[in-house]
Amino acid sequence: MTYRVIEAAALSCDPPPIDPAVATQWLVAFLRDELRVRRRMDRAVIGLSGGVDSAVTAYLCARALGPRNVYAIRMPYATSSSASLDDAQLVIGELGIEARTIDITGAVDGYLRHEPDADARRRGNVMARVRMVVLFDQSAKLDALPVGTGNKTERMLGYFTWHADDAPPVNPIGDLFKTQVWELARYLGVPKLLIEKAPSADLEANQTDEADLGITYVRADAILSRILLGYSDEQLVERGFTAQEVSLVRRRVDGTHWKRHLPTTAMLSNTAINEFYLRPVDY
Amino acid sequence: MEPPRNLTATAQHLHVALVQTKPLKGRYAENLAAVQSVFAQIAKNVDLVVLPEAALSGYFLEGAVYEVALSAQRFAGDLTRAWKAACGDRRVDLVCGFFENDEGTYYNSAIYLEIERGEARTVHVHRKMFLPTYGVFDEERFLSRGRRLQTFATRFGTMALLICEDVWHAIVPTIAAIKGARILVVPSAAPGRGIESPGELGSILRWREILTITAAEHGLFILYAGLTGFEGGKGMTGSSCAIDPRGELLVSAPATEPCILLADLDLREIDLARASLPLLGDLEAVLADLLLDDELPLPRRRDDAP
Repeated sequence: MTYRVIEAAALSCDPPPIDPAVATQWLVAFLRDELRVRRRMDRAVIGLSGGVDSAVTAYLCARALGPRNVYAIRMPYATSSSASLDDAQLVIGELGIEARTIDITGAVDGYLRHEPDADARRRGNVMARVRMVVLFDQSAKLDALPVGTGNKTERMLGYFTWHADDAPPVNPIGDLFKTQVWELARYLGVPKLLIEKAPSADLEANQTDEADLGITYVRADAILSRILLGYSDEQLVERGFTAQEVSLVRRRVDGTHWKRHLPTTAMLSNTAINEFYLRPVDY
Repeated sequence: MEPPRNLTATAQHLHVALVQTKPLKGRYAENLAAVQSVFAQIAKNVDLVVLPEAALSGYFLEGAVYEVALSAQRFAGDLTRAWKAACGDRRVDLVCGFFENDEGTYYNSAIYLEIERGEARTVHVHRKMFLPTYGVFDEERFLSRGRRLQTFATRFGTMALLICEDVWHAIVPTIAAIKGARILVVPSAAPGRGIESPGELGSILRWREILTITAAEHGLFILYAGLTGFEGGKGMTGSSCAIDPRGELLVSAPATEPCILLADLDLREIDLARASLPLLGDLEAVLADLLLDDELPLPRRRDDAP
């Protein structure tokens, strides 16, 4: 008798999976609880860029709070792509949420005219921070909580402006990798155009995230998810990732721990906040 | 009581072959020859070959168990000769279940052998502790219980052998893990029953649940080799499988077909899984409180009394 041989499947190099129905149910419950129960607010305000992250956030907020309680603010700068405005409009139209466009060119240039030599990175950071100035002021005006749109991939890679994209007090998608956000977007019915276009911070013309990062989101998420489980670079290479892509991701993660924390405060007393004096965020 | 750790085990990978045998009832010599040809068929290098419970005799033997039972030494010799005939001097570790005759006391046992250059060393013999004697099972009528659960060092780290029902009592793999086991090797012979569940026989689903939960709870690999084939109307459920320390199924076999499963285990997964879910370390901290509980029905020496 000959015995059939069954081999274990090669270890996966795929990005982490997601069940979008389960994730949606959980995130809708989270948003309702966090806004209504804990903060006693009925409304959310979101910076809607025309990209998939803020679109998914808007869809989730509309499900959780009702479309009339969601305010989308489009904040273009002079060089922003007009396609981004159109794509954001698709989301606004589909969901029937409240919307306003506030051009940030005047505010940004008001400062940057004193800094004519600022390079693209500095200019991009100024734009991102001005958008938060606008968003938080709109929050006060509208009595609506700013809801963040940063995903786990950009948070892990440090690919965001500190105290800007990460500033909103509530973020439903910050523990989802970019590839998982895409899947969630498909499930929620986000317009295909937004899911399929190349992700971009739209801070410079023709910029794409993947060109900036030097790696695709599919590969980055596959590597990141395994780094987070404790795998060594050696193990990742054994699994079929290249040494270059592993080291690129590892360098970015290791170089940006500070971006995922509050500012470092010198401890001088027995009552240092968050060292000795500890209270949970929802206490 | 800190158990000894694997200070000498350095292997990071373990290439395992789980051989799901379908023996002819009681025909030991023919079954041994069949296994020898399976050894020859394992073309790529394997570090460890695992065969089921009663792999060379069949499981339901009733009184005939005394006619097929062998000493561990004789059984080790037979397996070693079969390996050498098929694979020459290739190094391998072998696990196989057999009915053991220890000078007139009979056990349902499994042996762990290290074979190198045709010479075998018996690393461990485990005697099944939980002998099912209910319903379709009648083991204790013919066999004696094993009384010790031991772990043992291998070049792949500390292991334990557990046979079939041994694993169904959560405390048994728990104690094996506390005693340092990083890999549980489980030869089994599980007659299938239960047609109420969707997709699989109920007993197969139950086994899979137990194995995945056990692996994930203690952060260890489980290598399960199941006997297949019908024995007097009772179908053995095969379903051999390798499960990783997070409880994920790496490879699995169908129920009714003799086959060989191959898997490459990355042994570093054990420490990673235990770092993510340190239940075993937590258990070590409170084990004494649990076991020294006076309300447990355990015999105690007078000076142990409170």
